[in-house]
Amino acid sequence: MWESFLEFCSWFFVTGDPLIYGAMVSIALTMVAIVFVLTKYKKWGWLWREWLTTVDHKKIGIMYLIASLLMLFRGGVDAILMRVQLAFPNLEFLHSDHYNAIFTTHGTIMILFMAMPMMFGLFNMVVPLQLGARDVAFPFLNAVSFWLFMFGAMLFNLSFVIGGSPDAGWLSYPPLSQNEFSPGPGQNFWIWGIQISGIGSLATGINFIVTILKMRAPGMKLMKMPMFSWSVFSSCIMIILAFPILTVTIALLYLDRFAGAHFFTMDGGGNPMMYLNLIWMWGHPEVYIVVVPAFGIFSEVVATFAKKKLFGYKSMVAAVMGIAILSFFTWAHHFFTMGTSASVIAFFAITTMLIAIPTGVKVFNWLFTMYRGKISFKQPMMWTIAFIPCFVVGGATGVMLSVAPADYQYHNSYFLIAHFHQVLIGGVVFGYLAGIYYWWPKLFGFKLDEKLGAWGFWLWNIGFYVCFMPQYALGFMGMTRRYYTYGWDYGWESLNLVSTVGAFLMGAGFVFQVWQILYSIKHGERDTTGDPWNGRTLEWSIPSPAPFYNFAVVPQVKETDDFWRVKEEKANGTYKEEPVHLEPIHMPKNSGLPFIMSVFWFIAGFGFVWEWVWMAAIGMIGVFLTMWARSFQYDTDYYVPVDEVRRTEASLGRVY
Amino acid sequence: MANHGNHSSHAESHGSLKSYVIGFILSIVLTVIPLVLVMNPLFSKTATYITIMIMAILQFVVQLFFFMHIREGEKPRWNVQTLILGLFIVLTIIGGSIWIMAFNV
Repeated sequence: MWESFLEFCSWFFVTGDPLIYGAMVSIALTMVAIVFVLTKYKKWGWLWREWLTTVDHKKIGIMYLIASLLMLFRGGVDAILMRVQLAFPNLEFLHSDHYNAIFTTHGTIMILFMAMPMMFGLFNMVVPLQLGARDVAFPFLNAVSFWLFMFGAMLFNLSFVIGGSPDAGWLSYPPLSQNEFSPGPGQNFWIWGIQISGIGSLATGINFIVTILKMRAPGMKLMKMPMFSWSVFSSCIMIILAFPILTVTIALLYLDRFAGAHFFTMDGGGNPMMYLNLIWMWGHPEVYIVVVPAFGIFSEVVATFAKKKLFGYKSMVAAVMGIAILSFFTWAHHFFTMGTSASVIAFFAITTMLIAIPTGVKVFNWLFTMYRGKISFKQPMMWTIAFIPCFVVGGATGVMLSVAPADYQYHNSYFLIAHFHQVLIGGVVFGYLAGIYYWWPKLFGFKLDEKLGAWGFWLWNIGFYVCFMPQYALGFMGMTRRYYTYGWDYGWESLNLVSTVGAFLMGAGFVFQVWQILYSIKHGERDTTGDPWNGRTLEWSIPSPAPFYNFAVVPQVKETDDFWRVKEEKANGTYKEEPVHLEPIHMPKNSGLPFIMSVFWFIAGFGFVWEWVWMAAIGMIGVFLTMWARSFQYDTDYYVPVDEVRRTEASLGRVY
Repeated sequence: MANHGNHSSHAESHGSLKSYVIGFILSIVLTVIPLVLVMNPLFSKTATYITIMIMAILQFVVQLFFFMHIREGEKPRWNVQTLILGLFIVLTIIGGSIWIMAFNV
C-alpha cells in the first residue's frame, strides 16, 4: 500500500530537480503563511465578502492587476533562468528538458497570463469610469471572466510541480505536442489552462463591447468617446473574432491527444501545418489585442501631460479600428518558411507591410500632440516617451521580417526574438506600466513614489537595450531560438553575456517597482482632489479612490475631453451650474457563484489534464449546476438610497 | 446593468422552450451526420467534403436563428452589421486556409 502510494507520488509530482524542490517548499510555505495570516486576523469573511464574491469592476480590476504582477514575476524568473543558462557556453545550469519547459512556460505565461490579465485589469479599472457608467454591462459575467482566468492560470502554473510542465514551445506545435513526442499530462495542462481562461477572455470581450455601445453617459457620442475606450473597443472586436479560433484549434489538438483523432497528426490524413495556420489566425490578432489598448493609454497620457488636446483624434480612431480588421489578414507571415505558393507569400508580405501604416499614423499623432505642449515629465509620460523610439525600432525590424525572401534568413533566429520582445516590452509592457502609473491614484487614492519609480524606469529601459540589442546581432550570427547551450567555437559568448546582464537589470527594475508600490502604500502622496494629473476625461471628475457606485450623478457630456471643458468653463466663469438631483442608484449584488463555478471548471480541467473522466464529469456537472442555480436567481440587484450616497460623498469631501 | 431603468426590454421574446429544443436537436443531428460520414465512408471523398460543408453552413444558420435570435432585438441594424463582419472573417478563415494549405496537399 505504502509502496504504491510512493509510486503514485513520484509519478504525480515532478521529482529530481533541486530547483523544483525549492519551488515546492516555497509554495507550501507561502500557502501556510497566507492561511495563518487570514486565520490569525480573522480575515476569511472579509476575503469572501469583499473580494471573492465582488462584482465591482474596480475590485475585479485590482485582482487582475495583482494576478498579472504575480505572473510577471513567474515569467520573469523563467526569463532570468534562461539567460543564466545562456550566459556562458556549455553551461549546465539547466538541462535541456528543463530549458524546454522554461521557454514554453515563459512565453505562454507572459502573453496569456501576464499581458492579457494586465490588459483586462486596465479595462476594468478605467473603461466604466471613462464612460460615466456605474459598472460594466454584465457585472456578474465580469466576475465569471476573472475567476475563469484565475483558475485557468493556476491550473497552468500547477504543471511545474504536479505532472510536469508543457515543453513544446509556447504555441505547442504538433507533431511535437502530440502524444507520440510529448506523453504525459504536460501538454494537457497547456491546453486546459488556456482553454478555461480563454472562455473568460471571450466573455470579457463581449462584456466591454456592450458596455461601450450601451452604457456611455448621455451626450457621449461614439466620436466623443475617450481614445482609451476606443482602443478597448477595437481590442474587444478582435477578441470576439479571434479567441473562438484558438478555442477550436486547441480543442482539436486535445481530441488528437485524448481521443486519437487525426487533425494534426503526421499520419491518418492529418496535417500539422494546419495547426500552425489556425493558431496564427488567433496568434496574430492576439498581439494587436494586447498592443492596441497600450496605444489608447499613450493617447490619454500624451494629451494629459502635454496639456493639449490629442492631435488627430479622428485619424487615431480610424487607425485603431483599421488595425482591428487588417490584423486578420497577416497571419501567414509567421510561417513563410512552410513553403507555399508565391502569390500567398506576396499577399501576406504586403498586408504585413500595410499594417505598419496605421501605427505610423499614431506615432506622428503622439509626436504632434507633444509638439509645443507644456510637457511635465511624470512617470506615465516617461514610459510613453521611452515607448516611442523603442516601438519605432521594433516596428521597423518587423517590416524587415515581412520581406519574405529575407525572412528565410531571419526565421526563428534571435533576430526574431529581439524583434517581438521589442514590440511586446516596448509597446505592451511600457504601455501598461504607463497606464498603471497614470490610473493608480484613481484606484487607490495615492500616487506611486517618483524617485523609486525613476530607478525602476531607468533600470528597465537600460536593461532592455542591453538585453535585446545584442540578440539582433546574435540572430545575424546564426543563433536560433530554443538552443539550450552552445560551444565556445561559435563566437556567441560575449554578446550572450551582455544580454544576460541586461535581463538582470530589468529584473532589478521590477524589484524597484515592487518596492515602490510597498513604499507608496505608506508614504505615497495622497490624492485628495480626485484629479492628481490635471486630467481631461470623466474618470478624473470623481473622488479618488472612486466610490463603489462611481458617479453620484451621471454626467452630461458635451465634448471629447469633457472634464477639461468643465474645468475651463469654471476658470473663465462661463460654467453654468446645473441643479444637482441625487437619485437612488441601481447596483448589482455580490455573488459567490462565479467563484464556485470556476472552482468546478478547475476540477473539470484537472480531470481532463490527467484524462480522469470521472473527475472531469464531476467538474462539468458542478459547472452546469451553478449555471442552473444562476438561472433561477431573480434577486440580483438593489438600490443604494440617496442618504447613503450623500453620506459617502460627504466622507470623500463632496457635498451635495 | 444593461438596459437598467428600461424594464420594457424584459418583455421582448428570448425564444420558447420549443424553439430551443428544436435548435438543440437540429444542431446535434447536423454534427452527427459529418462524423458518421467520416467514420463510415458512404460517399466519395469529394461528396463527403461537400456534405460536410453544407452541414457546417446549416449549423451556422441554426445557431443564428435558434440561439442568437438574429431576428429579434431593438436595433436590427447592429445585428446586420456584426453579421456582415462575422461572415467576412469566417470567409477569410476558411478561404484563407484553403488557399494557404492547398499548396501542401
